[in-house]
Amino acid sequence: MIQQKQTPMREQPPEARVRNFDEVPLGYTEDEAVQEAARCLQCKNAPCIAGCPVGIDIPRFIECIKTERFAEAISVIKEDNALPAVCGRVCPQENQCQGVCTLGIRFEPVAIGRLERFCADWEARNEPCCPQVKPDTGKRIAVIGSGPAGLTVAGELRRLGHQVTAFELLHEAGGVLMYGIPEFRLPKSIVKREIDALCTMGVEIQVNKVVGQVFTVDDLLASGYDAVFIGTGAGLPRFLGVGGESLNGIYSANEFLTRTNLMRAYRFPEYDTPIRIGERVVTIGGGNVAMDASRTALRLGARESIIVYRRSEDELPARSEEVHHAKEEGIQFRLLTHPIEFLGEDGRLRAIRCVRMELGEPDESGRRRPVPVPNSEFEFEVDTAIIAIGNGPHPLIPQTTLDLELSRWGNIVADPETGQTSKKGVFAGGDIVTGAATVIEAMGAGKRAAAAIHAFLHKE
Amino acid sequence: MYKILKKRTLGPNIREYVIEAPDVARVAKAGQFIVLRLHEKGERIPLTIVECDPATGGVTLVVQEVGKSTMEMGDRFDEGDNVLDFVGPLGEPSEIADYGTVICVGGGLGIAPLYPIARDLKKAGNTVIGILGARSTDLLFYEDKMATVCDDLHVMTDDGSNGNKGFVSDPLREILASGRKINRVWAIGPAIMMKVCCDVTRPFGVPTIVSLNSVMIDGTGMCGGCRVEVGHVTKFACVDGPEFDGHAVDFDLLIARQKYYAQEEACSLERYLEQSREEVST
Repeated sequence: MIQQKQTPMREQPPEARVRNFDEVPLGYTEDEAVQEAARCLQCKNAPCIAGCPVGIDIPRFIECIKTERFAEAISVIKEDNALPAVCGRVCPQENQCQGVCTLGIRFEPVAIGRLERFCADWEARNEPCCPQVKPDTGKRIAVIGSGPAGLTVAGELRRLGHQVTAFELLHEAGGVLMYGIPEFRLPKSIVKREIDALCTMGVEIQVNKVVGQVFTVDDLLASGYDAVFIGTGAGLPRFLGVGGESLNGIYSANEFLTRTNLMRAYRFPEYDTPIRIGERVVTIGGGNVAMDASRTALRLGARESIIVYRRSEDELPARSEEVHHAKEEGIQFRLLTHPIEFLGEDGRLRAIRCVRMELGEPDESGRRRPVPVPNSEFEFEVDTAIIAIGNGPHPLIPQTTLDLELSRWGNIVADPETGQTSKKGVFAGGDIVTGAATVIEAMGAGKRAAAAIHAFLHKE
Repeated sequence: MYKILKKRTLGPNIREYVIEAPDVARVAKAGQFIVLRLHEKGERIPLTIVECDPATGGVTLVVQEVGKSTMEMGDRFDEGDNVLDFVGPLGEPSEIADYGTVICVGGGLGIAPLYPIARDLKKAGNTVIGILGARSTDLLFYEDKMATVCDDLHVMTDDGSNGNKGFVSDPLREILASGRKINRVWAIGPAIMMKVCCDVTRPFGVPTIVSLNSVMIDGTGMCGGCRVEVGHVTKFACVDGPEFDGHAVDFDLLIARQKYYAQEEACSLERYLEQSREEVST
């Protein structure tokens, strides 16, 4: 008789966790992992593999867990995924591997993400599995940006024996994994561990290097790099463009999260970077970043943390687990609501004026378009607002690289299968190409680009 | 790690550092800035570049000790020590060209970033009039350096301690009112000083460039904390600036945003001073 529901994962209770930055889900024990692994049907056609943007051999690693061969399980994952501890925590599995799991047709799908996380955490506690590096090929690749896409490219190409140098403009590698995703969802020690593993394989990472200023992509090619990968992400925060948006008390989600995560402002004054949080905090947007920001606000001491989103609950783009966790923690949702003005007093945010929305006809994205309800404007008082409506492409590389074709939104145009840009030897992937998406999609793009770069280097 | 090659005191709580960062020294231009971080728990401090020496890899900066981090740098970081992080150059360089006659106005610490601009404007063929100002004469620095690149130099002190009492806006107004043709003005210093200078030049229609030092985290366009309104359009000081058309800048907004963390800054400084006192007494 198959277990119909997923083996639950222990979590910090909501009332405790809103007062700390520790990770919320606590992970499976070995027994729990084996129990969950036993639910896998080991389908011959394995729809889960096709559902995974990096194509992990999911049934095989789950079979290893079932038979308690944990070291082998992690090595199976690492054949295809350089950052399993990260992906096990932040992938939207419900839309990917678990969304197509055969067991999910009748019961709950296998908790593949939790099992992946278990393997990565098991490795951290036990023996590190360092992937084999092929003999040196003499080829050099520059990777610009050390976020999910860049790290994946770096890891994949290094394994194939190429020399890889990654350039990061911040003082720590990891990109959005370090500055964006909060500690309680993705502990920074885990990100560092995964990056250290890449460095052990021989990937070189140079932080504090602004490509586009100290040297350009063209300089890198001229100085002997055989190929360049651009994975500079979607780092440019978007604002609403409504009145009062520069009042004190209004943050971009990027600023709010960077202060908290990268700069550890939640430990101010032990750490030097401050952050200021009000009693009543509103976060505008409905994606994972909005959930992260609103939950961070609670942990920083906000009495009320409110999400304002212009569509309805069904359209919330965040992972379902994030929405669930946010609700458990007491985040309020004001759906079908859109801000039209920020109101201030002495230069500080005092209130926000909104309009109610209703859903009209579907738009290009297939979601029903929100339209304002006439005469429905209202105000409510807030003292902090966080704008989490997405980010545009980081402009530095596009602006400073010759002959690089861009979309009209400023994204780099690249072949979705290979990452090849309009410029020979230059590849790109992740959010700088697609616009803001997920960690795993950026990693998938990185993996395809790495294969294409490897093929390109062979041809040269 | 980035080594402090030289450190010297320019005035009370004003120090000049030369920090080894060859990549930056090789390419940085007047008007650009760097971000440095002292240690693992440090904040990212944006500082405008004074000079670069590609031969030694040295980047010269002037730091005024106004808060916890800058004071800690003054107290605890000496020649031969390292700062943990140093990144740049950031921002757009100054638009150096032969404009004709230009006035370069520097107030307080603003004299440091002003110097390379005046130097390059002179090199480009301009007649350069310098106006420097500080609260009192002991806070003035780089008078000698500015003298070497200015055709004419006016130095003012708020308290008259150098025998020339007044604000930088006074000689600025006099020169413009004299009818002499001035093609462009640079004004760099505290926000209020830049605002006043812009108010002085506006009726004369002389383009006036200011360098904005708003609060920022990354300095690379990612946080948006440094946003300012220029001609009613939101701009990021870090990537769109730091220099802007001063006549279009909303200075009141800038000043309000600069003060947002005043309370936290005071708390951090107090805690640091307390710790320093304890260390001395033990």
